[in-house]
Amino acid sequence: MNIHIPTPLRVYTGGAETVSIPGGTITDVFAALTTQFPELKQQLFTGEGKLRSFVNVYFNDEDLRYLPEKEATPVSDSDELTIIPSIAGGCCTCCPLL
Amino acid sequence: MLQITYKDYAALRAHGEETYPHECCGVLLGRSEPSANGAPVRNRVRQIVRADNTRTDSAHNRYNIAPQELIKIQRHARTLGLDIVGFYHSHPDHPAQWSPTDFAEAHWIGCSYVITSVEQGKASITNAFLLIGSSEEDKRFTDQGIEIDVQNIDANPARVKAKLPLNPQKGKA
Repeated sequence: MNIHIPTPLRVYTGGAETVSIPGGTITDVFAALTTQFPELKQQLFTGEGKLRSFVNVYFNDEDLRYLPEKEATPVSDSDELTIIPSIAGGCCTCCPLL
Repeated sequence: MLQITYKDYAALRAHGEETYPHECCGVLLGRSEPSANGAPVRNRVRQIVRADNTRTDSAHNRYNIAPQELIKIQRHARTLGLDIVGFYHSHPDHPAQWSPTDFAEAHWIGCSYVITSVEQGKASITNAFLLIGSSEEDKRFTDQGIEIDVQNIDANPARVKAKLPLNPQKGKA
């Protein structure tokens, strides 16, 4: 399957915008991806192996968090995985983070 | 340095005026030019894309772009041979300076974050900040100059570049 890498992480994939990884499950694909590009691991995952909170992963057009089988979802070569960090913020400097 | 056409620069400022008193937000598409050590030193904007602010609960001081919309914009960029090189948003009646919230929610290292202060509905100062570092743990914002390309404006065919002051609060664009 094709994995689309966002701009800030391409420094860890040799500049590649898209990486092709053979199927299996999403867990298998992430394992292969971070084996091929080891520096990606700490960018995507916490020390406990969980996806960092600001990292969104979409399987085709579906949010990974809402897939019935989540990371155990089987994938095929025609599927796409998109990694997209969140983008948010706001002006208020006087209030606790909301 | 952030390079942007006058048309896009004016459009992102106008976006902030249109959404006042709420924050606007959008995406900068273009190309990053790496320096000798691999760090992008210049983000050239070729197109801006408006995005919806999904923080309708607190749109006057928060913004968020839905990941689904961001993916669509990224696909659009790919068809043009462009990348996401930055984002913009407005600060209604607040300075054009990144806030703790902006910093906490900034995760696109190497990208430009453009902020326009909109005072009483009128766009005032626009500043750019480059998110640098190698990870969440050592990221930081650094001031980024804005180079406005005013080529093809009206009847003036001359290529003129306006370099804006780096100091966020000392110059009005």
